[in-house]
Amino acid sequence: MRSDDSSTLYDRLTQPLVREHGELRPATWPEALDRAAAGFRQGVERHGPNSFGMLSCARATNEMNFMAQKFTRAVIGTNNVDSCNRTCHAPSVAGLAAAFGSGGGTSSYAEIEDTDLIVIWGGNPRFAHPIFFQHVLKGVRRGARLFVVDPRRTSTAEWADRWLGLNVGTDIPLAHAVGREILHAGLANETFVERATTGLEEYRALVEPWTLTAAEAETGVPAEAIRELAHSYARAERAQLCWTLGITEHHNATDNVRALINLALLTGHVGRHGSGLNPLRGQNNVQGGGDMGAIPDRLAGFQDLLDPGVRARFEEAWGRPIQGSRGRNLTQMFEAMETGEIRTLYVIGENPVQSEPETHKTTSRLRALDHLVVQDIFLTRTAELADVVLPASASWCESDGTFTNSERRVQLVRKALDPPEGARDDIEIMCELATRLGHDWERPSAERIWDEVRSLSPMHRGMSYARLAEHSGIQWPCYSEDTLEPSYLHARLWSTDPGERGEPAPFGIVGHSPPVDLLDEDFPFRLTTGRRLDDYNTGVQTSGFSSPLRRGELLDLSPEDAVKLGVRDGETVRVTSRRGSVLVPVSVTDAMRPGLVFMTFHFPDQVDTQLLTIDATDPIAGTAEYKAAAVRIERVEHAEEARATAAAS
Amino acid sequence: MTEPVLLAPPRRLIDATIDGEPVRVPEGTTVLEACAGAGTEIPTLCYGDTLTPRNACRVCVVEVEGARTLAPACSRKLEPGMSVATDSERVRHSRRMVLELLGSSVDLSTTPGVAEWNERYGADPDRFGPRAEPAALGVRDARRAGEHEPGDGTEAETVEQPAKVDNDLYVRDYSKCIMCYKCVDACGDQWQNTFAIGVAGRGFDARISTEHDVSLPDSACVYCGNCVEVCPTGALSFATEFEMRREGTWDEGRQTETTTVCTYCGVGCNLTLHVQDNRIVKVTSPHDNPVTHGNLCIKGRFGFQHVQRRGEGERR
Repeated sequence: MRSDDSSTLYDRLTQPLVREHGELRPATWPEALDRAAAGFRQGVERHGPNSFGMLSCARATNEMNFMAQKFTRAVIGTNNVDSCNRTCHAPSVAGLAAAFGSGGGTSSYAEIEDTDLIVIWGGNPRFAHPIFFQHVLKGVRRGARLFVVDPRRTSTAEWADRWLGLNVGTDIPLAHAVGREILHAGLANETFVERATTGLEEYRALVEPWTLTAAEAETGVPAEAIRELAHSYARAERAQLCWTLGITEHHNATDNVRALINLALLTGHVGRHGSGLNPLRGQNNVQGGGDMGAIPDRLAGFQDLLDPGVRARFEEAWGRPIQGSRGRNLTQMFEAMETGEIRTLYVIGENPVQSEPETHKTTSRLRALDHLVVQDIFLTRTAELADVVLPASASWCESDGTFTNSERRVQLVRKALDPPEGARDDIEIMCELATRLGHDWERPSAERIWDEVRSLSPMHRGMSYARLAEHSGIQWPCYSEDTLEPSYLHARLWSTDPGERGEPAPFGIVGHSPPVDLLDEDFPFRLTTGRRLDDYNTGVQTSGFSSPLRRGELLDLSPEDAVKLGVRDGETVRVTSRRGSVLVPVSVTDAMRPGLVFMTFHFPDQVDTQLLTIDATDPIAGTAEYKAAAVRIERVEHAEEARATAAAS
Repeated sequence: MTEPVLLAPPRRLIDATIDGEPVRVPEGTTVLEACAGAGTEIPTLCYGDTLTPRNACRVCVVEVEGARTLAPACSRKLEPGMSVATDSERVRHSRRMVLELLGSSVDLSTTPGVAEWNERYGADPDRFGPRAEPAALGVRDARRAGEHEPGDGTEAETVEQPAKVDNDLYVRDYSKCIMCYKCVDACGDQWQNTFAIGVAGRGFDARISTEHDVSLPDSACVYCGNCVEVCPTGALSFATEFEMRREGTWDEGRQTETTTVCTYCGVGCNLTLHVQDNRIVKVTSPHDNPVTHGNLCIKGRFGFQHVQRRGEGERR
């Protein structure tokens, strides 16, 4: 049996902790809550409400996220609320919203089974979203063709008719070349383009330089394969374009998303049954957290914070004015900690020390805070830095509520277990804090919170708990209790009536911008990151079970490079980027192309991959470029010999 | 804005008779479905509501008027004018035989319904004599086609052998395997497409096996547990369930089943948590759920332990 010694085991927190003389010590709930509230009150009094930040949890329920943003806006009075969706799919939301005015995937899982062509771009759902991939395989077995675009020949790619192995960070040139080929071959859906889009001429000019030859040179994908993808996508009766973090964890992620959306606009593969655009979310409630307004620029129902009419409805319901300007997103909050503009931070169920790039920088920024409150089920590395630690319950099995999945389906979460003695429900804790801060919040039931959401968010209005149970969840939008909308979005774009059609979808005019961390002689390898099948994110949850598949952190390396470097499978090597250096065992696999290496960040206590990654971020959505670092690889013995020689001389 | 949504073409209704009573059902309805609609219970073992029928166990057979052989209700579609008997002497005899042959050779102690069916059909699995000694671990797996020695009739042949415990997540207790093929289909092209297991051997030596009978950790298995989900006899079970049964603490009467949503990615799989004494002891998924159809991955199926790490130093 393979060992799982490389994982750290975490025990549930059952007692609040407070910092005294620099150390965390156990405390009673009243003391911890008083300390937590006092710190926030002091911060607001001294530095104003905008010195407060809230990191809400993309893994907690919609109800928790709604209350977290309400706490931020109505109790503290700022819009500084965000969650780790920033580290994965905010660009998908930003890109889709820019094109269609709404930030959700446009199709449904069932439609994937009912389509003619499936393109999976920058994702490995066979490992990262296995049950979604079962829907893909149903489609494939019914005759759909599958194209996989990914730098690695992943287990998803093994199922594909065509695998396009592109160089990391060249998604835009590839997409533009596909668009150009569609235009030049006369395969654009002219009716749709004319009716439902704007900016075609600019787009035509934008993609014109990306000939098949130019794209092959930049992306590494043979011209013939690019041509085939273009023709297949354009000619398919119905086609699905799906993407994951390979598109969004880049410094220009929103541009990547726009470049993919352009292809759907060009061919009319959106707004119809079986044709659509699907970002696959990495966490259970990334979609819902944003939908609930736990983001700095939107209120519940993805409603624009800058719209005074929208704000007025929330202000009336909450009896408190809402600031009319956007708050700081997660990335900006971390920057503002360094400049002293953010002084107090309330972290619910997040572990930024281990999930954000550049671990040391994140830690020093959190240390600079006047007051850090962490509410979690485990004493994570982030919680270890806190002034107050509040033991929470696990939302998915110890509380009632709802999650929203990647196909916009709101589903009931039900309490199956009592939390361990001493831990409390997230919402209950928040209500206690609100009450201490002068807002008398009684602990409402999950259903009452949800009914408040429904009263404020038109797209959730028809989703009563009873109906959610009856229909195995309901996809948004659902405007009334008597109707269900189609399983796909944006059918309006196909209407012949301009009034019904509404705002046309603009082509995204986005240019190529290669990865920030350049390859050179000193750092010749491209390091990209992702997930393996049996582990998850920073490993806090998955370390709890003993997976026979688990092998700990590994550096996946191509056989060609292994020969060149003279390393064997299993040998430990030193991987160094411009920011840091780690030791990691090598796994030689032909899933890697020469020049490309791969690691996860599932085992931060064994190998801290985030020491290597870069925090260049997308200017629009704020997502970090986890997918592209430049590294060099050295044999440990070899390097030590060299050092010894240098010391001797 | 409305647009026609693709639906299956309408199915015409057909008339038939079940046990003398007229039934009217949509074309394509199986005898089993029609019986369920009419309130007639048919025993099933190899039938799976998410799988294509394999017709392996023959316990659901019914008599179709005019047909030479009995027909499996799970896969036989009702036809216009068809007359079906679900409890005729031929049917009862056949079901009794199936239950006796399975019961004499397989451990059906954790198969729901068997005791009641034995009673109903007068099945006596012990009538073939005392049970043969279980095989030692690996013996059945090493048998080759064509080398089977028939018994002398003094004892009942058995498939029993020690349970295979080669990983911390689930156990394969092939003493309880009736060779229904459901695990093979769930692992193969019907759902998981991993193809880690198949049927090896012939005749009474046939058994479910990994490639070359390697242990699960050395096989293609990805521990989705979708085989465990469909196993009708408890041959495949969670390590937690196996342990608790061995200790005598497994008690379904004290368990609650609560359906919630998995947190390991954004797909939104529904999990049914089986909880005993405030501990999760097993995870399944509703077979009619539009996201999962009863399928999960390793994290959804087995990744629940972290919420139960409550500082008691336990490792499950």
